[in-house]
Amino acid sequence: MAEKLKLDMVTPYKQVLSEEVDELTLPGLVGELGILPGHTPLLTTLRVGEMSYKKGGQHFHVAVNWGYVEIDEDAVTVLVDTAEKSDEIDLARAKAAMGRAEQALKTMSQEDKSYAIMERALQRALIRIQVAGKMR
Amino acid sequence: MPSLKDIKKRIGSVKNTQQITKAMKMVAAAKLRRAQEAAVAARPYAQKLHKVVSHLAQREEADGHPFLSPRGKDRALVLLLTADRGLCGGFNANPSKEAERFIRNNSEGYAHIDLMIIGRKGRDFLRNRVGDKITKVYEDITGNVTFKTAQLIGEDIVLKYEDETYDAVYLIYNAFQSAVVQNVTVEQLLPIQAQEEEKHEADSVDYLYEPSRGEVLADILPKMVEVQLFRALLESNASEQGARMSAMDSASRNASEMIGKLTLQYNRARQAAITKELMEIISGAESIK
Repeated sequence: MAEKLKLDMVTPYKQVLSEEVDELTLPGLVGELGILPGHTPLLTTLRVGEMSYKKGGQHFHVAVNWGYVEIDEDAVTVLVDTAEKSDEIDLARAKAAMGRAEQALKTMSQEDKSYAIMERALQRALIRIQVAGKMR
Repeated sequence: MPSLKDIKKRIGSVKNTQQITKAMKMVAAAKLRRAQEAAVAARPYAQKLHKVVSHLAQREEADGHPFLSPRGKDRALVLLLTADRGLCGGFNANPSKEAERFIRNNSEGYAHIDLMIIGRKGRDFLRNRVGDKITKVYEDITGNVTFKTAQLIGEDIVLKYEDETYDAVYLIYNAFQSAVVQNVTVEQLLPIQAQEEEKHEADSVDYLYEPSRGEVLADILPKMVEVQLFRALLESNASEQGARMSAMDSASRNASEMIGKLTLQYNRARQAAITKELMEIISGAESIK
C-alpha cells in the first residue's frame, strides 16, 4: 500500500492542484467521503461543498462546485466546474452574492423557475464563506 | 504611363492598408497568446474526463447506454465551428467546405443531415450551397468563449440526441496545432467513442459507483459532450487568431513588396520627367541662338 495519494484537481479552465497528499475529504453526493491511501476504486458525483486535504500535517480547504471524482489505485482525479482554495476566495464578493441570493429568495415562491438557481447560488456563497473562514 | 501624382496616391493607399494589416497582425498575435493559453489550460480537464469515460465505456458494454452505443443511421447533426469575422486566410472556408463535402458524401448513409453553425462566416459561406440544411446559427460567441456557452449549446445537443431527433452528432472545426498550422478535424461527438489505445488491465477490478452506476453515467456523459465542445471552441478560437496572424503577416509583406515596386516606378517616372524638362530647356536655348 502506498503511503500517499496522488491528487489531481482540474477545472475546465485550468489545473488547480497536482500534489501528493496524506488524506482527503470530499463532499460526495450521498455524503462526506474520507479517503486514505489504498482506497477501493470508486467513481462518484460531488455536490457543492468543501473539500479538504491533509499534507505534511497541514490542512488545506477548497470550495468545489459540482463535479466528479475518480479514485484508481491511489491516484485521485477530481473534476469540478469551479474550485477555489481558501486563500483565493474573495470574501466580500461571496458575502455580496449571499446577500443577493437571500434577497431574491425572499421575494420568490418555491415554484419560480429561478428559485432553484438562486438556491444553488446561495449554497455556493455559503460554502465559500465557510471555506474562507478556515484560512490558515 | 500613370502620372507622378497617380503613383504617389497609390503608394499612399498601399501604405495605409499596410498599417491596418500590421495592426491587425499585432492584435491577433496578442489574442493568440491568450487563446492558446486557454486552450492548453483546458486540455487536462478534457483528457482526464475522457479517460474516466473511456474506463466507464469499457465496462459498460452490457448495459449499452444510449450515449455509448451507436443506433440506426437516420438523422445526423453536423456542428460546424467557424468565426464571426473574416480576414483570416482559409480559416472559415476550409471547415465550411469540409462540412459541405461531409453532407454530400454521407447523403446516402443518413436519410437526413442537419447543420448547426457557430460563427457568421460559416453561415455566409454555406447559405447559398446547402442553406436548407442549416437549422441553427450561433453568432457572437467565438470572441469570448466561456464554459457556460459550451454548456448551453451542449445541453441543446444532448436533448436533441436524447429525444432521438438525431442519431449521431459530428463536430467539424479547426484543431489548433501551431500558430501557423490548423487542421480541419471531423470528430464524432455522439455517440461517444471510447479511446481504444489503452485497454486497461484493471478491467477485473470492480469500481464502486456512488450513488449508482446508472446515475453517475447519466450525469457524466452529457458533461463529456459539453467539455468536448468547450475544448473545440477554445481550439477553434486559438486557430482563428493564428490564421489571422499569418494571413495579416503575409498581407503586410505583400504590401511592402508592392510599395517597393511602386517607389521604383515613381522614381523612374520622376527621372524621365526631369530628363524631358532638361531636353526641352536645352532645345529651347538652342533655337534662340
